[in-house]
Amino acid sequence: MINQSNKVLNTNITKLVNQDYPYGFSTTIEKDIIEKGLNEKTIRLISQKKKETSFLLDFRLKAYKKWKQMTEPEWAYLKFPQIDFQDIIYYSAPKSQKKLKDLNEVDPELLRTFEKLGISLTEQKRLANVAIDVVFDSISIATTFQDELSKYGVIFSSISEAMIEYPDLIEKYLGSVVPIGDNYFSALNSAVFTDGSFCYIPEGIICPLDLSTYFRINDQQSGQFERTLIISEKNSKVNYLEGCTAPQYDTNQLHAAVVELIALENASIKYSTVQNWYSGNEFGKGGVYNFVTKRGLCAGSNSKISWTQVETGSSITWKYPSCLLVGDNSQGEFYSVALTNNYQQADTGTKMTHIGKNTRSRIISKGISAGKSKNSYRGSVNVTNKALGARNYSQCDSLLIGNLSNANTFPFISVQNSTTKIEHEASTSKIGEEQIFYFLQRGICLEKAVELMISGFCREIFTKLPLEFAAEADKLLSLKLEGSVG
Amino acid sequence: MTLNSPILEIKDLQVSINDNEILKNLNLKINRGEIHAIMGPNGSGKSTFSKVLAGHPAYSISQGDILFKGLSILDLDPEERSHLGIFLAFQYPIEIPGVSNEDFLRLAYNSKQKFYNKPEVDPLQFLTIINDKLKLVNMSPLFLSRNVNEGFSGGEKKRNEILQMILLDSELSILDETDSGLDIDALKVISDGINNFMSPEKSIILITHYQRLLDYISPNYVHVMQGGKIVKTGSAELAKELEDKGYEWLQS
Repeated sequence: MINQSNKVLNTNITKLVNQDYPYGFSTTIEKDIIEKGLNEKTIRLISQKKKETSFLLDFRLKAYKKWKQMTEPEWAYLKFPQIDFQDIIYYSAPKSQKKLKDLNEVDPELLRTFEKLGISLTEQKRLANVAIDVVFDSISIATTFQDELSKYGVIFSSISEAMIEYPDLIEKYLGSVVPIGDNYFSALNSAVFTDGSFCYIPEGIICPLDLSTYFRINDQQSGQFERTLIISEKNSKVNYLEGCTAPQYDTNQLHAAVVELIALENASIKYSTVQNWYSGNEFGKGGVYNFVTKRGLCAGSNSKISWTQVETGSSITWKYPSCLLVGDNSQGEFYSVALTNNYQQADTGTKMTHIGKNTRSRIISKGISAGKSKNSYRGSVNVTNKALGARNYSQCDSLLIGNLSNANTFPFISVQNSTTKIEHEASTSKIGEEQIFYFLQRGICLEKAVELMISGFCREIFTKLPLEFAAEADKLLSLKLEGSVG
Repeated sequence: MTLNSPILEIKDLQVSINDNEILKNLNLKINRGEIHAIMGPNGSGKSTFSKVLAGHPAYSISQGDILFKGLSILDLDPEERSHLGIFLAFQYPIEIPGVSNEDFLRLAYNSKQKFYNKPEVDPLQFLTIINDKLKLVNMSPLFLSRNVNEGFSGGEKKRNEILQMILLDSELSILDETDSGLDIDALKVISDGINNFMSPEKSIILITHYQRLLDYISPNYVHVMQGGKIVKTGSAELAKELEDKGYEWLQS
């Protein structure tokens, strides 16, 4: 009975417009490239091209040395062919000689690309109250509203710019949360990172605009290794948004980013991501390999770091935005929706390390797996012996669509004192054909039915996203799922 | 439309699921303004019949035809049948976590509005519409904010079905064991709701095991289904006779 009706439902569904990945185009643009392959020479060349100080060159070389001694982690529930790190372009930049201050100087082809992506670099963004930094392959193209922000003392720039303008801050904080040798991919990133965003919110300032970075991998063989560093001083507050897309290629592109957040006393950082890298076609060919290390340090007392992510793209996702809760009474949050379809594989979750007294963490993870995809939550809650009165609440829900998808939960909890309170809840459910039939009988079409059920499932997370992101995320999920229910 | 024209005509219907024949040579004609009760032992094909009318994709129709208002609906999707006025009150209304009853009802209502090129209503307008209907089945507005059927008692689920029937103003309503699992007060509320809803333009098929429901809603015809076909048709009296003698009486 199930099989037959599945078949019928499926044919009904294929009638629906099967939405293609709308960001799959590539842009032809003159590029400045360092030849494929990874060795000391490549690293020196990158450093040279970026006119870096010796601090940074040392940082890179040290990382490269560490990386060479490390082996690729295999514990994640992911299956993919060995990555050939010598077959990747580590530096690819649109050919422009200097950092542009005026958007009129930007290559019109690039501007058209970003218009196609729905990102306006022009002043219109003022209405949306978002300042934006755009990273194209290896290089930051433009940062908007810098002048406006500087009135408040807020620094928002590409990290390359910051390395030249604010070397003290970079030397103090770069690698302070994610050390060079933290893991295989962070070591790789530390050796070859090319650009990314830098934000500095001075003491007592509530950042007047939401800050946003948009990442785009354009080149077929280039990897993207961006580095983001956000520092929130005493009593300051910032909202940061991140979006990503890539063209549709048959080959796999590598994205290995490192994001470091530092919140000092009473500071609050909210970091939201909508990740929509190309996820490969319906047979699992192509797509981005996404290996990301994101970590926040709640250094001061009463500080707060909150991660919200909507992961819909990439053929492989390996990502665990984490919080180190060092300051007393500090708080870490992780809200996640991860959706996989076709042959996508996601191994994602978080790590909450409680070190200070009365530290609190909250984890809400929603995984949706459709098609033949694999979706795993991997979490670790560590409470040290000094973290008296620590509290953690975790909730991991999985939703299965169809009979061939796969959902897993790997929670790890370690508590070393007796005054800690830990709660963990988990559930697995499935969108069944009888539920769908109920909607259909009431005259509600399949598309709407699935949309309603998915957005109900994810509601807790979407309410954490900034308004314009929430609407986008909702739409994105239903687009991604078209043709997969039945 | 003229009254007393058949709203539903089933001709020689043969239905199977995974090569098991469930309905055989089923014939039935229902006019506007009529209430038909279908009774029969477990496994006789009553629920299959109701799902086939609503267009459940699990069943395949090997022979025969279903005419609704004179037109064959065999090729229509479940949602199209719904828009045309066929409503199925489920025997076991399914729970839909994360979706509020209010959103669900409004979406159902607006889907029909859209189908007939009528303006869709906004949430505020909808609240006025639904509040009137809630009273008809004695339900509190509080239940709008709960998730569809989630944590509902048996009686609440059944009342929710009747509420949806009233909201969508269906022309042919198939009520699959709407009386099962109800206490006597709930049965009265639901029966009142159904009786008030009934009109000369509408028709109802009541699928039930018990005569009890027929004390509150009087059918024009009672059919007995056995082995996938209708083996006997009579007046309301037939139901009483069945209650006394059991289904075995018919087999001899």
